[in-house]
This record gives sequence, structure tokens and C-alpha cells, in this order.
Amino acid sequence: MGIIYRVSGPVVMAKDVENAKMYDVVLVGEEGLVGEIIRISGNTSIIQVYEDTSGLRPGEQVRNTGSPLSVELGPGLLGNIYDGIQRPLPVLKEKSGSFIKRGITAVPLDENKRWEFIPALKAGDDVSPGTIVGYVKESRTIDTKIMVPWGIKGRIASISEGKFTIRENVYSIETGGKMIDLGLTQRSNVRFPRPYREKLPPHVPLITGQRVIDTFFTVAKGGTACVIGPFGSGKTVIQHQLAKWSDTDIVVYVGCGERGNEMTEVLVTFPELIDPRTGGPLMDRTVLIANTSNMPVAAREASVYTAITIAEFYRDMGYDVSLMADSTSRWAEAMREISGRLEEMPGEEGYPAYLSRRLAEFYERAGRVININGSQGSVTVVGAVSPPGGDTSEPVSQGTLRLTKVFWALDASLANRRHFPSVNWLTSYSQYHSTVGEWFTKNVSPDWNIYRDRAMALLQQEEELQEIVQLVGPDALPDRERVILDTAKLIREDYLQQSAFDEIDTYCSLKKQNLMLKTILLFHDEAMKSLEEGITLKQIMSMKVRDEITRMKEIDEKNLDRILRIMENIRNEFSSLKGGK
Amino acid sequence: MLEYRTVSQIAGPLLFVENVENAGYNELVEITLPNGEKKSGQVLDTRKGLAIVQVFGPTTGLDVPNTSVKFLGDIVRLPVSDEMLGRVFDGLGNPRDGGGPLLSKEKMEIVGYAINPYARDEPSEFIQTGISAIDGMNTLVRGQKLPIFSASGLPHNDIAAQIARQSKVLGEGENFAVIFAAMGITSEEANFFIESFRSTGAFERAVMFLNLASDPSMERIITPRMALTAAEYLAFERDLHVLVVLTDMTNYCEALREISAAREEVPGRRGYPGYMYTDLATIYERAGRIKGKKGSVTQFPILTMPGDDITHPIPDLTGYITEGQVVLSRDLFHRGIYPPIDVLLSLSRLMNQGIGKGKTREDHRGVADQLYSSYARGRDLRSLSAIVGEGALTPEDRKFLHFADIFERRFIGQGKDEDRSIETTLNLGWELLAEIPESELKRVKKEHIEKYGRRYRKEDANQ
Repeated sequence: MGIIYRVSGPVVMAKDVENAKMYDVVLVGEEGLVGEIIRISGNTSIIQVYEDTSGLRPGEQVRNTGSPLSVELGPGLLGNIYDGIQRPLPVLKEKSGSFIKRGITAVPLDENKRWEFIPALKAGDDVSPGTIVGYVKESRTIDTKIMVPWGIKGRIASISEGKFTIRENVYSIETGGKMIDLGLTQRSNVRFPRPYREKLPPHVPLITGQRVIDTFFTVAKGGTACVIGPFGSGKTVIQHQLAKWSDTDIVVYVGCGERGNEMTEVLVTFPELIDPRTGGPLMDRTVLIANTSNMPVAAREASVYTAITIAEFYRDMGYDVSLMADSTSRWAEAMREISGRLEEMPGEEGYPAYLSRRLAEFYERAGRVININGSQGSVTVVGAVSPPGGDTSEPVSQGTLRLTKVFWALDASLANRRHFPSVNWLTSYSQYHSTVGEWFTKNVSPDWNIYRDRAMALLQQEEELQEIVQLVGPDALPDRERVILDTAKLIREDYLQQSAFDEIDTYCSLKKQNLMLKTILLFHDEAMKSLEEGITLKQIMSMKVRDEITRMKEIDEKNLDRILRIMENIRNEFSSLKGGK
Repeated sequence: MLEYRTVSQIAGPLLFVENVENAGYNELVEITLPNGEKKSGQVLDTRKGLAIVQVFGPTTGLDVPNTSVKFLGDIVRLPVSDEMLGRVFDGLGNPRDGGGPLLSKEKMEIVGYAINPYARDEPSEFIQTGISAIDGMNTLVRGQKLPIFSASGLPHNDIAAQIARQSKVLGEGENFAVIFAAMGITSEEANFFIESFRSTGAFERAVMFLNLASDPSMERIITPRMALTAAEYLAFERDLHVLVVLTDMTNYCEALREISAAREEVPGRRGYPGYMYTDLATIYERAGRIKGKKGSVTQFPILTMPGDDITHPIPDLTGYITEGQVVLSRDLFHRGIYPPIDVLLSLSRLMNQGIGKGKTREDHRGVADQLYSSYARGRDLRSLSAIVGEGALTPEDRKFLHFADIFERRFIGQGKDEDRSIETTLNLGWELLAEIPESELKRVKKEHIEKYGRRYRKEDANQ
């Protein structure tokens, strides 16, 4: 039994902890606060404690559980909400009321619910780690597959069918003369990536229904993206939108050191939203991890690992999973705080020297892979970064930008004029265009990339022309260039801007995106042509059809032919202008 | 309870006590000076044989041989009861108004526990402050934390007092309380608030915790926690809707930095400790609504941005925790506009939950968005016209320029006692938008233009 020697905030030092090994979970003090050994020096173990340590004193005991920080994986995860160390918040509420008190333990998964297990294999079949032995229908759309845990290889001795709780024996494996009884769940160490056979290049885009992302800065399934922006630039709204509309089978959302009310918003809105792909409630495919800013800082450090381990678990079943982490800056700050308490030599801006390694290890757990059971799955990681003062030269932003392939740069000046999503089209980038471009031409429209590139070119041109306007005013520009400015404005206001809160505009299908962009560029081409034929800029600016272009967003996905009609109207109005001349 | 005379070192606000038998982390201590005077403090770091104690108040008169320290075996608690209403306390919760101490069996730990996110209720009740720039553009809802980012010399106190005075929820009888926590503000400012509460009768519904500029800076660490503990009690045990004004958070952060420096911790940006985000979060996150409880805690922290710099760590970290911000502008102030709220930099993250049909009015979102984008365009043109001259602008652009002017004067600008209803605010918005060609109104729904905007439009004025 270890004895506490020193308490400094979330860091506790204890002497003579039994069999202390790095990353062992320990129970600290009379209240049994959960902690983890993060450094060992002689007979002293240094422990980060996942709960508030007020009142803890030297002399109290420390008990080693002997196992590392791990999560329990199995049926019952979906639709649930956990804190950073996988304690289910609804159970905590039952046990301690509206506030999270100290020293409460709770089992992550419902132990009483009986799940219908449908075997896929029979006695006598050979199995190895990851082999799917059967499944549980967890929701209308998701089957939770039951896989052989890591390190177990052999032959199925018996396998049952019927209703079981997660604590019952469902199948047994005979391995080297020994019999291992297994159930519906398994445990996984959060600090180690779950193994896979091979990584594949990502080439299928993650469809988000957000125009600026899908069209201009696509992320691939199994890829990595970061969204960086100062406060108020809409990071959280983007993350919520991705969690709502991404076309993955499973979404893991981790609110790491963020606002409590925001998590409540997710909890209130998600169950009411319908997944456009499956018709089921969005909550059925979602796992939430909420470790808000005022919850213990060490658990915040763990929350990101808990989340990605859960994501990998579903990947191993062959699902596409997306993970939203909001915000990785708070995670990095948790590392900094603990590092400071350990009196480690600080690196840049007080962050520990291992910050970039930790970031790299985290993002490297994304990917499209062939699993050890031969199935294919993916984990897409989208991390939010909140740079102090919006200045991205700081270590977390820089460390993240070196790793992620997609960068959505949120811009305070766009946000201030309520241009949302405030993704800056000149500084953001995606390195997946060359790999996913073909998918768009095959699956949406052969001209997808052409229109995309043309629109981007116009936005670039606008930027250059704006510099001239700033000096001499818009009147000094020739008409052709003013048409370019006008088109760029249409792209900005009527295409890039998208309301997350509008019932229709919140999700825009690829088909609609393609048609909208085509329409705007058709208007541009017609305007350019008609200038040559003597139509004045003023006439173009006061055309009636412009109003219809502006309101394209409001068109329901069911009535997309109305966009075709707008294109028709553009052609007609231009030819009547020319005719009337 | 053991008493120790084993002080080995005094450094700034910190007292190092040796040979201590197991002090608890955050444990409360009582310190007796050689002259018999008593002070309190709190354990910041404890190990076998040594406790580091943070002293509340100045360390003048403390010495090594004769100072004695008593560990009280408990963490800091505040006695709570209904009797708190109408009372004035100091920063540590002792009476400051000459009244007796609070007699209450119920004592709450001032280190608040985190509200379980699952137990939170969504804040969605519109609070009408009567200030158009807030109600119309950055709507406040019950359970929100919305700070005022001010700067020296700007009228943030007037605005805070006006909000505390005028705030109401539409269609509800009032069951409210105001908690006012002052950290390091001048007595003049404190008196202003007391007078303001007295003159409107709000004083009887208020609890004040005053740590003035002349009071010990270390108490400032405790003051907001005292206030929020009182707030949580009144909200979640006594069913009141509590509005908490915390001013000035900048002074709080300075005190935090002072302790951190005394402990020789690795400093973060501008010398503030690396854990300031977490520390501020333990204050700001103590706002909200809880399922099954009638009351609510709404926070209005005020901070002054050093050097008007919004990227300074104090406003920066605050903005990352709070649900938006109300930013004051020196430029508007100089032009005589009250309240000088820069609506473009301001934001209310919970606005969408609190507005719309059945809450404010169906056109609220559209009107707010339209006012934003039109004003933003007008402001851009203002800087452009400063370079190229107004003459070089198109006639349409000139309309936006004009709009920006009247928007600032008539919509943002209002009287210190002017209490505008949300109807008045929205209608005023439509009236001003009538100056802009209808084809440019892209953010509002067509039917709303017909229903609310049409009557302000001069016929075929823009054709």
C-alpha cells in the first residue's frame, strides 16, 4: 500500500506504491480518487489524479489496480456520453446529483441490459485476434461486431446464441489446451493504438454537406484535418456540423476542455436530428466524450485518448468513423499544466518538449486501414485548435499544421461580418484534391473539378483586384474586371456562406453544390459575353435573375430542378437584354 | 487541531510551514500574528513535513519565530442562507455592512464542483436587457456567461448597472437576485453600484462581495468563488434566477499571476500562469441551468483589456470559455455614442437558442444578420472612402455608408435609462434597413419584409 507524500493540485506523489508500473491506474486517498502513474523515481510514484484533490493529505493511502488506463468496448457505447476516463455521465448524475462529486466509480456500459447475440461462426472454427465471431444489433443501422480480443488465438470450443448481458460468457476459445471464456466486451489500453494490418491511401472524400469544405477543401475518409481559429470564429459550429452531417457510420465527438452548455446543446439537438443517410436518429451513431473546461485537468488529458480508442474499435469492425476533437489546444494545455506541476524543463511557451510527439502520435492513429481481421475501415480525425490571440505561430497550431493534410483557417474578420463558415478561402488548403478528385468526377459530375478550379481562380483574382480598389475605388476598374468582382461576390455570399441554423441550408448535397456553382459561373460567362456585345454593367447589375441566384440556397434537395430553371432564366434574360438593345 | 510555530520562510503572499503533520490540499488555516491579530489562508502545496500556505491579506507583521499557524481541517466554506440578500460582505465573506455574521448551519464549499454536462439544461430563455445592441444583435439568455470586454475609461460600469436594473424575462413574474462581486475596483466604483442598486430597489435582492482596490489582493482569488457559491445556493436550492456581475476580472488575473510568481512557477504568456485557462474556467463555468431546478445562474463578468488589446491573455482566455462577449469600442465612445458596443466584435453564442418565434419574434435572426452584414459593409466602405473619397463610391455604396452612420447613432446609441422592448428594437432595425435597396436584403426572408419591413419603405424610393 502506497502512502501519499505530497499533493500539488492534480499531481500527487506517493511512496512505496506496490508494483508501480508506468501508466498503472491507482486509487488515491480515502475517497479512492482515480489516478494514473506518470513518473517513477526510486520508490516514489508520481500520479496524475483525474478528480479534484481538495482535502487530500499526505499520509493517506494509494492502492494500485495493476492495470493501465483502459476503456471497455462493446454494445452500449453508441448514444452514450462519457467523461474523459469513460465514466458515463448519466450514471454519475444518478449517483451524485447535478454536480460531479469526488470518488465516484461507474461502469462504462450497462451491465443489466440483455443484448441479442447472433453468432457468425460455430464451434470448431479457427480464430485469431480481431476475428468477428458474431454481432449484436445495437440500432437499426449499426451492428456492433463482437471480435476476439488482442492476443488470443485458437479454436472456438463453444458459442451460444440468444440474449446476454455484457458480463455473461458467450463463447469460449480453446488455445494451447487452455480454455478462455469470453463475452460481448473487451478492454483496450487507451495509450496504445489498436493494431491493424496495413494502411491504405485515402481516396474517398468525407462528404460533409458543407459547401466550402466539400467543394474547396475536401477531407478524405481516413484523413486528418485541423480547424484553427480565434474565439468566436465558429470552430465549434463547424465541428458540430461535421458531427451531424459527415457520411461516416460512426461519429465520436470529444468536447475536451470546452463549454458545458455546448455539450448540452449537442445532447439536446442530436437525438432530434435524423441521419440523412439512414433515416435513424443521429444519436444512434454517436459517442460523446465531454470533459468540460472546469472538470479535472488530468481527465482532460486522457479524454482524447479515450475517444480515439473508441473510434479505432469501430474501425476494426469495418466501419468508417470520424472523430471530432474540440479543442486540441485545451488538451495540450492540460499536458502543459501537468508538466509544470512535475517541474519538467519546459519547451516553447511552457509546453512540454514532448508536445509535438504527442500530437503526432494522436493524428497518426487516423487512417484508412485493412484491419487485422481483413475488413476495411477508416478513422478520420478533425482537430480544432484555439490559438491564443488567434496567432497561429504558437506551438500547438504549428505542431498540428505539420501533421494534418487539410487546414481550415477560420478568419476573425470574416466571422465579424457574419460570413459563416468563416473558412478563409485564400489561406486554407487541402492536400487530398489530387487523390479524391477522380471520385468526384466519377460519382457526382465529370465537370466537378473544372468548376471548382474556375471558382477558386476567380476568388484569387478578386483578391488582387481588391488591392487596386482599395487605392483608386471601384469606378476606376474596367467593366470586365468589375464583372469578376461581382462574380466573386456571388461565390462568397451565395455559395461559400452557409447557415448552420437554417433548416434547408444546413446540409447541401454534392449534386446541389455542383448545380449552384455551375449556375453562378454560367451567369459569369453570360455576363462576360454580353459585355462584348454592348450590354452595360449597370444592366447586368440590375437583372432580375440575380435575386433567384441569391436564393438558390433555400431550394429544397427535392426540387433541385428549380436550379436548372434558374439557369434557363439566366440564358433567357441575357438574350432578351441583347435583343432589346 | 494542531498549532504550529514552525514558519521557515515568508515569500510574498506565501508562508512555508515546516514539520507539519499532513496538511490537506486547499485546507483552510488560521494564522496568528505576534501581536495577536488573526489572518486566514489556504494550503497550496502539501508534502510530508512542509505546507505552503497562501495568506489572504498583506503579510505585514508576519515573522518567522512567533507567528503561529493552525490547520483547521476543512476547506474554505461559505455559510449560506436567504439572509444573504441585501447584505454587503468583504472579499472573504465577512460582513462589511456592520451587520452580524451569517448564522447558518448550511455551509457550502467554495471550490465548486463541475456541473455534470448531462445534468445541464439548455439555456434558452431570452433575457431582455432593454439595450438594442445586446437584445437585437447579441441576445443574452438565462444561464449564459457573457462578459463585457472593456478598457480603461469606458463606461462598462454604467452598462453593467443598466443591465442589472433592466433585465427581465418576457412574460414572467420576477424571482431574481443579483450577486455583485468586486475585485480590486475603487470604492468610488463600488459606491456607484451600491447607489444604483439602492435607487432602484434592487438592493434588497442583491448580495455584494466587495474586495476594493485597497483590500488585500490575495483575497481576490477567493471573492468570485464566494460570490458564485452564493449564486449556486440561491439558484439551485432557493429557485431564484441569479445574475452575477464579476468586476474586474483583470484584477483577479493579476492576483493569480502574483501567487504564481511567488511560487516561482514557469510563466506562460505575459507572465500569467499556464493553468490560467483552467482556473478561469472554474469560475466562468459556474453558470447555467440544471434539469429539474427552477433557478439559473447567469454571469456578466467585466474585464478591462490592458492596452485595449483583445489578444491579451485575459480577454483571450475569457473569450475561449465564455459564451460570447460584448466588446466596447473607444472609437464609438469618442463619438459620444452610448453604449459604445462594437457589435461586429461582439457575439452571443447562445443567441439562436433564445430567439425566434415564441421567444422574441420570427424575424429576429434575419434582421440581426441583415443588420450585421449591412453595417459591416458600411464600415468597410467608410475606410475605403477615407482613402478614395466618398465621390468615388457608387450610389448604392453611399447608401450603405449612410446606413452605418444612422445605425450607430440610432440603433446602438440609446439613453442610460432607456429601456427598449424587443419589439421596439426589431422595428427600429427594419426602419433603418429601409434605407437600403430591397434587392440587397439577402439575409431576411421575403415574407418578413412584407410583414414587418414594408411599412417603413418609402414607395418606389429605390427603383
